[in-house]
Amino acid sequence: MLASALLPARNQMAISLGWHIILACFGMAFPAMIFVLHRRGLRGDAVALELAKRWSKVAGVLFAIGAVSGTVLSFEMGLLWPGLMEQYGDVIGLAFTLEGIAFFMEAIFLGIYIYGWGRIPGERHILMLVPIMAAGVFGSFMVVSVNGWMNAPTGFEIVNGEVVDIDPVAAIFNSAVYLQFLHMYLAAVMVVGFTVAGVYAVGWLKGRRDDLHRLGLMVPLLFATIASPIQPIVGHFAGQRLTDEQPIKLAAMEGLAETESNVELELGGFWNGEELVGAIEVPIPGLLSFLSANDFDATLQGLNSVPPEDQPPVGIVHIAFQTMVLLGTFLALLATVYLFLLWRKRDPLENVWLLRAVVVSGPAAIIAMETGWITTEVGRQPWIVHNVLRTEDAVTDSGYIWVSLTVLVIVYAAMTIGAYSLLRSMSRRWREGETDLTSPYGPSEATRVREPVA
Amino acid sequence: MSAADAIAVLLFVAVILYAVFGGADFGSGVWDLTAGDDERGAPTRRLVDHAIGPVWEANHVWLIFVLVLLWTGFPDAYAALMREAALPLWLAGLGIVARGAGFAFRKYAPSLRYARLAGIVFASASLVTPFFLGAIAGAVASGRVELAGDAAPFEVWLGPTSILGGILAIATSTFLAGVLLAAEASSLDDHTLAAELRTKSLIGGGITGAIALVGIPVILTDAETLADGLLGRGLPFILASAAAGITTMWLLWQFRLREARVAAAIAVAAVVAGWGVGQYPWVLVDEIEIDEAAGAQATLVGTLIAGGVAIAMIAPALIYLYTLADSNQVGVQPSPTNSKPPETDR
Repeated sequence: MLASALLPARNQMAISLGWHIILACFGMAFPAMIFVLHRRGLRGDAVALELAKRWSKVAGVLFAIGAVSGTVLSFEMGLLWPGLMEQYGDVIGLAFTLEGIAFFMEAIFLGIYIYGWGRIPGERHILMLVPIMAAGVFGSFMVVSVNGWMNAPTGFEIVNGEVVDIDPVAAIFNSAVYLQFLHMYLAAVMVVGFTVAGVYAVGWLKGRRDDLHRLGLMVPLLFATIASPIQPIVGHFAGQRLTDEQPIKLAAMEGLAETESNVELELGGFWNGEELVGAIEVPIPGLLSFLSANDFDATLQGLNSVPPEDQPPVGIVHIAFQTMVLLGTFLALLATVYLFLLWRKRDPLENVWLLRAVVVSGPAAIIAMETGWITTEVGRQPWIVHNVLRTEDAVTDSGYIWVSLTVLVIVYAAMTIGAYSLLRSMSRRWREGETDLTSPYGPSEATRVREPVA
Repeated sequence: MSAADAIAVLLFVAVILYAVFGGADFGSGVWDLTAGDDERGAPTRRLVDHAIGPVWEANHVWLIFVLVLLWTGFPDAYAALMREAALPLWLAGLGIVARGAGFAFRKYAPSLRYARLAGIVFASASLVTPFFLGAIAGAVASGRVELAGDAAPFEVWLGPTSILGGILAIATSTFLAGVLLAAEASSLDDHTLAAELRTKSLIGGGITGAIALVGIPVILTDAETLADGLLGRGLPFILASAAAGITTMWLLWQFRLREARVAAAIAVAAVVAGWGVGQYPWVLVDEIEIDEAAGAQATLVGTLIAGGVAIAMIAPALIYLYTLADSNQVGVQPSPTNSKPPETDR
């Protein structure tokens, strides 16, 4: 098959997944933060209650565009990758069914929760967050399990080209899913925690030094700072799985051309097509061997051990991985400083440099997560299912994917602008004292909204 | 009944629920679109916001279930559908994104201009999306989606039955939503709006009935397998749908709006069920039957178990959501901090 759609299809999948996953992070981690504030609010802290109420409205907006961009993905699975779904739809189908159920629970209870302000008594109202949190964790586990399965396919046999002996449960609990899920869950907590804290850090730096900003900064930051130091450890073990199961992905991440033992760790640098140039060597002999296989003398498989058509685009994988590690290290250090200040009973909000670091930590966490996904996804190429199905054999033969890609970019750009300007205006109107945020459908309403509220 | 049959039933139940709940959602967007300018349309738009605000996301999860059950239960048929009906699927996907984002953005819109833009996106996407979905259904029902087909982008969804399916989807959704919104307006004591929507729904019901009648010869000539099924075991459902539709009109005429909405929902559910029963045992009409198309047995069984658990979990939650969203009718007053729809501000 002439794979003319391969490049646009991969780009379209990358953009729609990369966009959706930021919102998925909010689905996974934001409800827990709202829960903490709501609980505080029920114990008499009016500021916390107000903040919980506002965040639930923000969650409503983010969940809406998360839901529609998730629906797009369920279309794209078949529209872009019919070759995958045709052969393996029933292998990975159960995971998606379970995810669908989880998503349904999330949608229902988020509807109930947002609508429930002032309608459901507080003690019962806060409980509506529990199924949202549970469904967020369960559903994301199922989605990540499908990705884990693409990295470590199991739960089926191929006999004479036919997929047989299908065990959908074994497919869900593949060898990659546990650490990959943990890695993703911590990433979600970091993305949401640092991003939300960053928003309030900006306000604080602008002189809005009130209880609302303090709480809005410290609660999510605490979540993120607990997750960040754990993340590199989880990432380390997730990476060790590659040594045996996906050695070529590992070689691409580290820029390792030839199979060697006692390999040194090199940081940074660029892949020039044949080797790594400009990298900094860590002067500990065999460090990469040790990190990868717990043995300084371990032999690591190089890229050239497989033919060029079985190698991923090394340059992208390498730089994405290095970026993720760099940003992850920065975030772990930031978290350590923050926790140290809390431990020494210093007020972290007095420290302007720390606040500035918090402001950039949100985008840093998002970039770290995205580059992490680029690492694992591009690193798996040319396989859509590792060593089983090549991406070029799964892609649609449709000739107009360039068109759908272009439309998607335009629509998602518009949605990004729409959501950003909406959230900014919500925040401005809250600051001006509005609580309702009623939509201005008639001209008279519009004038009312445009006037600053006393 | 084999596991594959059971999955097919589950799949079709999801289709029916999507036609009713998703349809009501799409239809509300059509009323939003035709409500008039900012001033005149404001009451309708606030009503739409109030009526589907808490439930629209849940209403569209049915579609995801349909897709997932299709690829899990019948992977070959799913892949064929995705190849043959790619363009209308892309357009439907685009429509779902546009209407969801537009609706969510309008809710807290900062200015009238922003609300107008978001509202137009939401409402016009609500009009076109059910067309594409209905046209895909019509294409499958008339045997246009072939297992090893090589359809051009503008082919399967532009056959006579496909176009009929698209138009019927818009008409039934709009009719259903009109009845639901009229009942909602009446329960909020906005009797002017309720009366207006009732009149419009009566007209809409007449048009929907006329389209259905025109559709009969189309199906008889263009979709023979479906026609046989509809006149065979699907007939009771089709007759029930017609009866429920006429009952809806009569109840509307009598101003019995809350009862009318039940009848309208039955009418939509019955006609879609009739299609499903009429099409049985084909997954893709004239191409592949349920047993041949079925995926792995272990997955089918696992999915059925998951489906059972899902029903047990989702049904009570969903009922709670709808009861709560409906609770303005049992006298629960929203607190002043919540945006509540204005009763009648004119």
